[in-house]
Amino acid sequence: MGVIDVHNLSKSYGKVLALDRVSFSVGRGELFGLIGPDGAGKTTLFRLLTTLINPDDGCAEVDGCDIIKDYLSIRKRVGYMPARFSLYPDLSVEENLQFFAALFGVTVEESYDLIAPIYKQIEPFCTRRAGKLSGGMKQKLALSCALIHRPSVLFLDEPTTGVDAVSRNEFWDMLAALKERGITILVSTPYMDEASRCDRIALCSEGRILGIDTPTGIVRGFDKPLYGISAKNMFALLERARSEEGVEDCYPFGEKHHLVAGEGFDEERFKAALADVECLEIVSTEPTIEDMFIKLMRR
Amino acid sequence: MKQNFGSFVKKESLHILRDKRTMLVVMLIPVMLMTLFGFAISTEVNNINVAVVASERTDGVRDAVERLSQNGYFTFNGYISQDEIDYFLRSGKAGAVVVFASDYDRRVEQTVAGVATKPIIQLIVDASNVNTAASATSYLQNILLGTASQQAMFETRMLFNPQMRSAYNFVPGIMGLIFILVCAMMTSVSIVREKEVGTMEVLLVSPVRPVKIIFAKMIPYFAISCIVLVTIMLLARYLLGVPMSGGVGGIFSLSLLYLALSLSLGLLVSTIATTQMAALLISAMVMMMPILMLSGMLFPIENLPKFFQVVSNIVPARWYIDAVRKMMIQGLPLVAVWKNCVILIGMTVAILSVSLKKFNDKLE
Amino acid sequence: MSDVVISVRDLTKRFGDFTAVDRISFDVHRGEIFGFLGANGAGKTTAMRMLCGLSYPTSGSGTVAGYDVRTESEQIKRHIGYMSQRFSLYNDLTVWENIRLFAGIYGLSKTQTEERATELLDRLNFSSERNTLVCSLPLGWKQKLSFAISTIHRPEVVFLDEPTGGVDPVTRRQFWEMIYEAADGGTTIFVTTHYMDEAEYCSRVSIMVDGEVRALDTPARLKQQFAAESMDEVFRTLARGAQRGE
Repeated sequence: MGVIDVHNLSKSYGKVLALDRVSFSVGRGELFGLIGPDGAGKTTLFRLLTTLINPDDGCAEVDGCDIIKDYLSIRKRVGYMPARFSLYPDLSVEENLQFFAALFGVTVEESYDLIAPIYKQIEPFCTRRAGKLSGGMKQKLALSCALIHRPSVLFLDEPTTGVDAVSRNEFWDMLAALKERGITILVSTPYMDEASRCDRIALCSEGRILGIDTPTGIVRGFDKPLYGISAKNMFALLERARSEEGVEDCYPFGEKHHLVAGEGFDEERFKAALADVECLEIVSTEPTIEDMFIKLMRR
Repeated sequence: MKQNFGSFVKKESLHILRDKRTMLVVMLIPVMLMTLFGFAISTEVNNINVAVVASERTDGVRDAVERLSQNGYFTFNGYISQDEIDYFLRSGKAGAVVVFASDYDRRVEQTVAGVATKPIIQLIVDASNVNTAASATSYLQNILLGTASQQAMFETRMLFNPQMRSAYNFVPGIMGLIFILVCAMMTSVSIVREKEVGTMEVLLVSPVRPVKIIFAKMIPYFAISCIVLVTIMLLARYLLGVPMSGGVGGIFSLSLLYLALSLSLGLLVSTIATTQMAALLISAMVMMMPILMLSGMLFPIENLPKFFQVVSNIVPARWYIDAVRKMMIQGLPLVAVWKNCVILIGMTVAILSVSLKKFNDKLE
Repeated sequence: MSDVVISVRDLTKRFGDFTAVDRISFDVHRGEIFGFLGANGAGKTTAMRMLCGLSYPTSGSGTVAGYDVRTESEQIKRHIGYMSQRFSLYNDLTVWENIRLFAGIYGLSKTQTEERATELLDRLNFSSERNTLVCSLPLGWKQKLSFAISTIHRPEVVFLDEPTGGVDPVTRRQFWEMIYEAADGGTTIFVTTHYMDEAEYCSRVSIMVDGEVRALDTPARLKQQFAAESMDEVFRTLARGAQRGE
């Protein structure tokens, strides 16, 4: 029995199937990541679980409450940070926090110990209007507001979108700290590199879950040899590599191209065939979550 | 969670206070409208040139023309012939032409005696400005039918505003308009803003019932409207000299009822609109236009085509403006407009229940 | 024309007593994919505006596609392409109408437009979508189309502002392939982003902190220099010392 239990949840908007029979379960105190691009159905899933919309089919429970029948009880015990900036830009940092405390019938003092590690960083700017904060500071304020009523489950929809690398990293550190305090966290992100910060992840695409596992478990599912290749002319290399025998897939991956070796691939033969390519390098490399995602999407 | 309510109201008030420009506009609009309508735009009869056609200048005709030329609002432009009427009106040399029957004196006597009822004077009026024309016509009639007994027939038309001072008529209209603007338009925009920005999602995912938040939102707008109401009343009384003989208390009570109605309308709009732009447009098209056109504010309802007269019945402002006019200008007490009050209460209840039903605490 | 397409020397922009961009200097070569990175508020938007001829530098000099950023901003605008994730295409126009609009903006003739549009649609396998409204295209398609349209007038340099945020990994690869192809064909690509995984695709990256360029090299050499595993780590090391929040 998890804190979040989802069974065959489906939701359509008109003809568009936003969520297609999704099932998963999140245990107490787990940091669970929904990884997928825009349009994968992440926001729909959050809205269903926060009882903002009703499913067409399937059922789900959050902290023991049914999302349709007990939706009012759910709203008392969850914290939610929507994908859009959800603070009042014309109110100050302090006023925003106080308003959200009042919304949940608590005082800032009651929950101060929980939000302090986050809120302290923006407290020096407490009289500044929320609309004038930097991306990272807005995000910290939004998180403080979502935590103000000590929720047992936290829903964070793309909290790191539009935030720079330093702030993103800090944000994940904060989530790790909250997890230590027993809060269950469901977080979504389109960035594969953030997946490793989660306990478990679900790879989502076009309303479906492609795979659920721990980040290392996901990567382990990549069962083919993977190489990183590079040359002076990267674009030409891509075309050449794809036409070689045994190359199942080859795609740009940062500085190198990743080459997925299928049956009949031989490294030496590959090198020999591309001997005329300037500065050719080929090294065996470890797959990442993104490689797995590509593999699952291509299937 | 009663303690919440105060902090919600505080938050809404902060939103309003921080948006100084809107605040200023809201406060200035009534003052501007009052001065504009009160002085500049007017249906006042002023300096209208009147030409006269009379085949015989009998004593009766002379007497009537004398009264006409002595009146400050009309200028006697001389006698013209029947053929010249069209030219005078078209060229703007005359705003109105009075045509006396050839046997004017005799027929006046017959009319007074109650023997004959046929028209004895023809009024031809340049009606390019409907309101001025209407006022001029009724005023001219009053002046021309100078004898005591005949004047009595027209007395009711002119009694409450003998000089046809237009400001009197516009004050109720402005009130009908401005409260819709402040209450309905601004409330709906501020609710929809939360939807647009995304804060509504967070509000919905909280134990507080959104209806409570909505009501907290209405309070500051209600307060602003009350300030505006007092401003308008003061301006009306002391700047424009509107008599308010029906009692200020009655006008206030009626206006509070109208405020409640406007707030409900705002809520209704916010349940339909998803963007601030849409809320603005709906408020402007669906609410402002009918008020301007169909409430009797600019055009008398009796002058509208039959179809629009029927439609005007569902425009709340029509009933409010009508009642305020009766109380402000005719000096009737609140009880005398009970019918309008009942209609307004009925509308408020209907609109409020529909919008509360439509306003659910889900996103769909 | 020389091999250097963008050349910047001591470029500075001050707003009052605030120095948004502080004496930055760098060269970008033809066909290069140049990553221009920086934290929020580091000054990269201001710098890019100066390069696009939208903002006048306080001091220093720069040329883009051979034109002076101080005196020839109109010429610059005609010889660059621009694509941002936030705004790219008009959703309520069809694919073809968008192409015609942007071709018109850059002064392409009717026959040129027709020719290049057909070629562009063929290359993207979009020919069947010619009369589809852009809003009904999937996000990934929109971005590919948007990039193609931003190069329809064959600009020397294309400025890309966070081009692939939120796109699925497969489409993203296709997108980068398009960029590689354009670069291979001699178009210079200037990418601003604060997503470090996008940086890894660039041939060279510069990192701005507090208005200054603090690092400039290939991703591999930067990682080596900072003893870091990823560009993300390089960036964090540099940006942690930032004085400016916003």
